[in-house]
Amino acid sequence: MAEMKTAAYICSGCELGDKLDVAQLTKIAQKEGKMALVREHAFLCNEEGVQMIRDDIEKEAVTHICIAACSRRAKTEAFNFPTVAMSRANLREGVIWVIAEGEQHDEVRQEMANDYVRMGCAEIKKMILPQGNPNHAHNKRLLVVGGGMSGMTSALEAAEAGYDIVIVEKEAQLGGWAAKLWKRVPFKQPFAEPQDTGLTELAAKVSAHPRITVHLSSTVAETSGAPGRFSVQVKGAAGITTEEVGGIVQATGFTTYDLNKLPELGGGKANVVDQAGLEALARSANGATIKRADGKEVKSVVFVQCAGQRDETGTHLAYCSGHCCATSVKQAMYFKDANPQVDTVVMFTDLRLPGMGEDFYRSAQQKGVIFTKGKASAVEASGDGCEVKFRDLILDEDTSLNADLVVLATGQVPNAGVNLEAWNPIVTAAEGGSDEAKQQKIEMQKTSVLNLNYRQGPDMPQLKQGFADSHFICFPYETRRTGIYAAGPVRRPMDMLQATEDATGAALKAIQAVENASIGRAAHPRSGDLSFPTARLEGCTQCKRCTVECPFGAIDEDERRFPVFNESRCRRCGTCMGACPVRVISFENYSVDTVGMQIKAVDMPDEFSERPRILILACENDAYPALDMAGLQHHLYSAFVRAIPVRCLGSVNTIWITDALNSGYDGVMLMGCKHGDNYQCHFVKGSELANYRMSKIDDTLKQLGLEKERVITHEVAITDNARVAKLINEYVEKINEIGMSPMKGFN
Amino acid sequence: MTVQNQQAVARYRNDFLREVEERVEDGEWVKMCMQCGVCAGSCPLGNAWQHTPQKLFMMIRAGKREEVLTSDAMWMCTSCYNCIVRCPRKLPITHIMHGLANYAHRLNIAPKGQPTREVAKLFWNNLAKTGRVNELKFSLAMYFKDGFVQGIKNAMAMQSVGLGLVKAKRLNPMELFGGHKCKDTGSFNKMIAKAREIEDRKKGFTS
Amino acid sequence: MAKKQYAYYPGCSSQKGASASNFSTSLDVMCDKLGVQLNEIPDWNCCGASIGYAEGGELPRLAIGARNLALAEQNLPGQDMVSGCPACWLASRETADRLNAHGNLMSETNEALKEVGLNFKGSVKPRHMVEVMVEDIGFEAMKQAVVKPLQGLKIAGYVGCQTNRPFGIAGESFENPQYLDKMIEAVGAEAVAKFDQKVTCCGGALAFSEPEKAQKQIRSIIESAYDHGAEMIVTPCQLCQANVEVYQSEINKKQGTKFAMPVVYYSELMSVAYGGNAKQSGLDGHIIQPKKLQDIAK
Repeated sequence: MAEMKTAAYICSGCELGDKLDVAQLTKIAQKEGKMALVREHAFLCNEEGVQMIRDDIEKEAVTHICIAACSRRAKTEAFNFPTVAMSRANLREGVIWVIAEGEQHDEVRQEMANDYVRMGCAEIKKMILPQGNPNHAHNKRLLVVGGGMSGMTSALEAAEAGYDIVIVEKEAQLGGWAAKLWKRVPFKQPFAEPQDTGLTELAAKVSAHPRITVHLSSTVAETSGAPGRFSVQVKGAAGITTEEVGGIVQATGFTTYDLNKLPELGGGKANVVDQAGLEALARSANGATIKRADGKEVKSVVFVQCAGQRDETGTHLAYCSGHCCATSVKQAMYFKDANPQVDTVVMFTDLRLPGMGEDFYRSAQQKGVIFTKGKASAVEASGDGCEVKFRDLILDEDTSLNADLVVLATGQVPNAGVNLEAWNPIVTAAEGGSDEAKQQKIEMQKTSVLNLNYRQGPDMPQLKQGFADSHFICFPYETRRTGIYAAGPVRRPMDMLQATEDATGAALKAIQAVENASIGRAAHPRSGDLSFPTARLEGCTQCKRCTVECPFGAIDEDERRFPVFNESRCRRCGTCMGACPVRVISFENYSVDTVGMQIKAVDMPDEFSERPRILILACENDAYPALDMAGLQHHLYSAFVRAIPVRCLGSVNTIWITDALNSGYDGVMLMGCKHGDNYQCHFVKGSELANYRMSKIDDTLKQLGLEKERVITHEVAITDNARVAKLINEYVEKINEIGMSPMKGFN
Repeated sequence: MTVQNQQAVARYRNDFLREVEERVEDGEWVKMCMQCGVCAGSCPLGNAWQHTPQKLFMMIRAGKREEVLTSDAMWMCTSCYNCIVRCPRKLPITHIMHGLANYAHRLNIAPKGQPTREVAKLFWNNLAKTGRVNELKFSLAMYFKDGFVQGIKNAMAMQSVGLGLVKAKRLNPMELFGGHKCKDTGSFNKMIAKAREIEDRKKGFTS
Repeated sequence: MAKKQYAYYPGCSSQKGASASNFSTSLDVMCDKLGVQLNEIPDWNCCGASIGYAEGGELPRLAIGARNLALAEQNLPGQDMVSGCPACWLASRETADRLNAHGNLMSETNEALKEVGLNFKGSVKPRHMVEVMVEDIGFEAMKQAVVKPLQGLKIAGYVGCQTNRPFGIAGESFENPQYLDKMIEAVGAEAVAKFDQKVTCCGGALAFSEPEKAQKQIRSIIESAYDHGAEMIVTPCQLCQANVEVYQSEINKKQGTKFAMPVVYYSELMSVAYGGNAKQSGLDGHIIQPKKLQDIAK
């Protein structure tokens, strides 16, 4: 590798030259930053400025550059030099746009700019130009687990896009739940009549497609590897087949909620069916009047919505399955279309028909389906049929209805495999020697869908209610296992139309993943990133924190319990780096040192200067853009803060905090994404882990004899532009109240 | 029970919704209500009613014939049309209320002596006689609808209002003797009778 | 300039000696100055109003409505039918819309119309006088005709129900229509901007049958006008005008209030602003005297 040659470029455009002493910045880059080459330019991002840098790279053999101009998020197309390592000192959004105008602020403004130049120079000297994952994996075939509506759609979409597909379906034929329907809810204009499912044609198309291989009556016995190089053991009637694939779509659908769990609503009794049961009756009627199991023609039917769903007592499903209102509307039409004289009542508390469902609902009303807002309390046998006892929620009275048949709209239970939160303690106990736990583990393993041989367990992590976790706020198609994408009702409750769209999205994500893996780049959200984590194993204490805490299960353990990094499973968030107590994990361009040296580069005024220094570690996904936009919108804040972007709060190693406090910073602010059930963290668990780690920092502060307010954490959304400025100013006031840190001057 | 009512019960048995759809003006819209309650919240007299339109529609679907037709609710409609313009399903709610009131009145099971029912009857009879409303006769008829003694009391109570209007030339005492009217009142009466005959035939009233 | 011609349907309350006779009076100056010629439909009949439903039923009401439309169609061909009364307009428009939309209703209604020797073809367009003002005349022309600007008058524009719903004036909102305020401003007065009872129901015909409930409505309308500093209320509706003006003394008597809020028609404002004297402008037709307007009219 060529010898490191550094250069700094100081821009005086965008009023930087009017508000700052550029000559002073240049001097700092030279004297303190020790840059081999320092140049000023009045308009660095224009063609001439960019050419100047290019010339230096070519003719002066510059390998490391620090650009002191605008935010790293601005002018990325101009400042694109893929052959050199680059840092950015944010003088525009980070200084002149957020610090008050006027002479009285000149000094603190300049001090802030000086520090950002020092930090940019310190950072670049620790950076290495990433070379990309050396373990390229080139397999671009896709495995689709599940051959229902979602699975077949994913397979066809990806096959049509030019990818080879393997489908594994546990039943003896394709079609899944959708194949059991008489008709489906309409998805075409005018959204007024039940439509044919089209499943037969779809299955035929899938079976005949030259790019699609189908394994029927088969399951996945084991999955190992990483994007671009998964190896899958498919267990079928004829034994085990090994399929090598690059990416996986899990479209394993749902099971209907067990009717027998609803005895109070007649579950398990005669003349009470669930929606699946009604579909079966409709299929055997084949368009004629629907008959009950005992052969009697149904003259009156009541549909009880939300049966065992949206339950607040904790007994049944807590959620709404989304499709059941439309399904009941459709099924009521089965009766009305065969015989308009049949009394059909849909009993609902809230009728939910999203999308064009409203038109479908009106159509049912036109056909004479009666909608009653009421809550059923009991379904009992009565005469030849059933009596539905209910509370009429409009007329506010307890009343009842008699019907030949009652249909309970029960919900979807996802087929997501093993719940890892239950799995992990059992594994720990089993490893500890518990025979009971060993047996439990074997039983649990039998319910696994993917049988991943990952350190973190055999299936995808679930968020809640048993659905596969899927960053549903920002990136719904994402999961927590890189290269494996959930599609359809395994991800969240949904109807056929939504499942079709979902399956298409998942197929596209899988394609992205295999393409990125084949050129050694990261997948979402640092898509295109060539850096990857490495560990100095000679310093590793085998503590397993990195392997346990990685939100994506990217790190396995070898037989000596050292971490094994699967680069193409890694999302490059740095959570492992933040976790490592001995700091042996780093990326080429992002490490304990690249940040640590910036922290140390700041010029620290003494205790009596009345100029506190506050370190901000801001998540680059939301908090740092929010700070930039505070600048764009001229929300002013204090000149005493120094902000460093981090990949995720999860990557923050506590050494940075202790180093900062030791070197005299008066406070540290951490800004990251929302965590918890409605998390917005781009890396799912990063901000949550950071929050947990920071809750332990109090001990460190106590040891140092510092107040606990000297380290604070905030959840910051990308829209919190005015709020970040306010948070900073309030914190500076707080620090002024507490007083300056007594740690200054020791280093 | 009136003859018409007996006939209606016999004709529709328990299917009150169908009865409403066939016999009540704009009744075919009732099934399209989605029970949001915006009508109830938009009615200026909403809190004065026994049942809001939302409830009436639910009661119709639940087959509560007696309760609906004897309700005083429809008679509280001021015809402000707020419910119509706000209904997300575009139900002609005002017209349905009028239609229900009219139907209950026709079957003679609407509340007896309900003031708006009485006023409405007087008003129509007043205009149907001559083709135009005679405001003085209409007012006097109203005051005396509950009998002579109550009529005098009512008239005395409203005396200042009446005198004010007379002074402002907006109530003409001479209207008591003749007043405005259409030229050929006989044909006018026949026209109304004919219209009613067609409607009765269409809606299956046998009387 | 030739005047614009309209088939005029005055309605019962606008007849001589009836409750809105002063509205009729005030139209003369206004229409004259704006180049509007109203040709009364011969032998018109009552519209049935909204309260006619109970005894009237559907087809008899359509028949009496169609009779007026047929008379206009036959006697004043090619002219839009204009009514100053929202109830008359509403009933006529509902009749025309329904008959035009449903062929069977049209033929049934015409069967009844035979009794009076008429036939309705469906060509007449029933309009509200306010529609003529806003759409055919325009605010600019209303402004240009002003000779006595009503400067300094603060007026609450009370639109009420039936001018506004269910048809309303094209392009206006049902919840906060602006045209009446613009008309007030066209004649130089100030419209109360936040008059929150602008489209509240006055109780309508229930002022007779449910006086307490209607008077509650009326009270809130008047109170809001006072709260927002209005010196008078202006309305385009005959029943609103009568209810809100006439029952103030009743409310005062029963509830101890001291209401004396004049309630006038927009046409009275126009007439005064266009140079009409108090009598010509119908200002003598009030129980609560609109003194400030009378002073300007002198």
